[in-house]
Amino acid sequence: MANHLRKSKGEMKETLARVLFIFAACISILAVFLICIFLFANGLPGMFKIGVLDFLTDTKWKPGNDIYGILPMILGSVYVTAGALIIGVPAGLLTAIFLSRFASGRPAKMMRSAVSLLAGIPSVVYGFFGLVVIVPLIRMIFGGSGSSLLAACILLGMMILPTIITLSESALNAVPQSYYEGALALGATHERAVFSVILPAAKSGVLAAIILGVGRAIGEAMAVMMVAGNRAVIPNSLVKGVRTLTSNIVMEMGYATDLHREALIATAVVLFVFILLINLLFSVIKRKAKL
Amino acid sequence: MSAKTKARLMRLAAYAGAAFTMAVFLSIVGYILIKGVGHLSPELFAWEYNSENVSLMPALINTLLMTALSLIVAVPLGIGAAIYLTEYARRGNRLVKLVRVTAETLSGIPSIIYGLFGSLFFVVALKMGLSLLSGALTLSIMVLPLIMRSTEEALLAVPDSYREGSFGLGAGRLRTTFKVVLPSAIPGILAGVILAIGRIVGETAALIYTAGTVPKIANSLFDSTRTLSVHMYAISQEGLYINQSYATAVVLLVIVIGINALSAWVAKKIGRSNYGKV
Repeated sequence: MANHLRKSKGEMKETLARVLFIFAACISILAVFLICIFLFANGLPGMFKIGVLDFLTDTKWKPGNDIYGILPMILGSVYVTAGALIIGVPAGLLTAIFLSRFASGRPAKMMRSAVSLLAGIPSVVYGFFGLVVIVPLIRMIFGGSGSSLLAACILLGMMILPTIITLSESALNAVPQSYYEGALALGATHERAVFSVILPAAKSGVLAAIILGVGRAIGEAMAVMMVAGNRAVIPNSLVKGVRTLTSNIVMEMGYATDLHREALIATAVVLFVFILLINLLFSVIKRKAKL
Repeated sequence: MSAKTKARLMRLAAYAGAAFTMAVFLSIVGYILIKGVGHLSPELFAWEYNSENVSLMPALINTLLMTALSLIVAVPLGIGAAIYLTEYARRGNRLVKLVRVTAETLSGIPSIIYGLFGSLFFVVALKMGLSLLSGALTLSIMVLPLIMRSTEEALLAVPDSYREGSFGLGAGRLRTTFKVVLPSAIPGILAGVILAIGRIVGETAALIYTAGTVPKIANSLFDSTRTLSVHMYAISQEGLYINQSYATAVVLLVIVIGINALSAWVAKKIGRSNYGKV
């Protein structure tokens, strides 16, 4: 009898634990669900009031006159991200090639710690660095205020370096050694084997790295806002100010009310949809690359 | 072009890329340390903030409170979820797939979206106001996938023979998990927690509209507070405190370097690196 009781007590404990673990696992489902509900429920009504097409394609953002067009911000985010990729991808990829196939021992180890540290530096510190170094430099060379599309591109290019480097390096390291040996056996130099055989073999992993970099760049708010000048106008030059979707939200959320507030949340909805698409693309390619 | 010149150019390109990355690293870290260390003054660490001393002390203490509170929420949930995924769920279970997909989604969401969600959900809908609690709950969702994934990896690395041995001795699943599997996975879990601390300390966008920017030490969970990163943002935007901004950046950088060193040390202990965990 006592034995039987003890057993059922143990079983109850097991069941309770199982339920608790399932509950913990379901938190991330709940979180994604709540984030979607709250963003869409607060953002979509505003978007419909403004008119979805007007909201997405109007080139004017004038909250004072109740004009809410986010095309300048959509293009701003696209430009800034493209610029960041132009700087970050070649530099990051070449660094990854260097780390994976040219460097070894202490220098490689030291560089990897430098890269991890770069990944850990808070975005405000990057933003501050941009504010006191990159912006004055651009002001000096090109005139104007210096807070510009160019400044944002350079800064974001630096910020996505660690993402590109670490993911590309693991993709390069995952290429079977036999590929390299085969290339050498056919008479290729070490360099040729790396660039013409190993790099193409790692291309889906590298692509995944670039897509993750895009996600980072498009989602970055603080650093971009500190250096980009934040004019809500489509920029016609690299040294003009630009406003991204993220900085639009950060800048105006503090004081916005009514439709203005809803328009900002709708801006976040647009950003969220972008991010979901990028995530989807990333997971498809990651699966292909088996990273 | 001869094969030799081509090879030389390729090598040169790889070295140039590496040199660029090192230049970025050295210029950021070097510039901030050189410009900032001289401005580290005792006033900067005064117990209370005012516009004269621009003390970072309250923000530093708030950062500790925020980190502790976020981890108290996120660590048990993350570990619990990972235990379910590795120790309890059957392979190919639908729930497991859904948990994985949503956790992956969470890890890709930018911090400003978390901030906006936190302000709509915790601050407004749950009426917590701009507070330490709203900020910490927002951040705990943000770091949850990080802790889940590193715990899962750590649990998967525990050899099955440990579990079989424990079952063989008559222990149940719960007992096996807590007395056998979890203890040998602790270093791996710790590595994830350290990464999470790094994210929390560096976060700004998710906190401005959830925890607010009040430069005072929080007395209760419902006080609005600013962490060190938010403080750094606030004083650098005001434009009056450039020297104090440099010094604050130094403090943030030193904390990040410390966290990185700790993470490297833990990684060495468990024989694998956190490098590449993004």
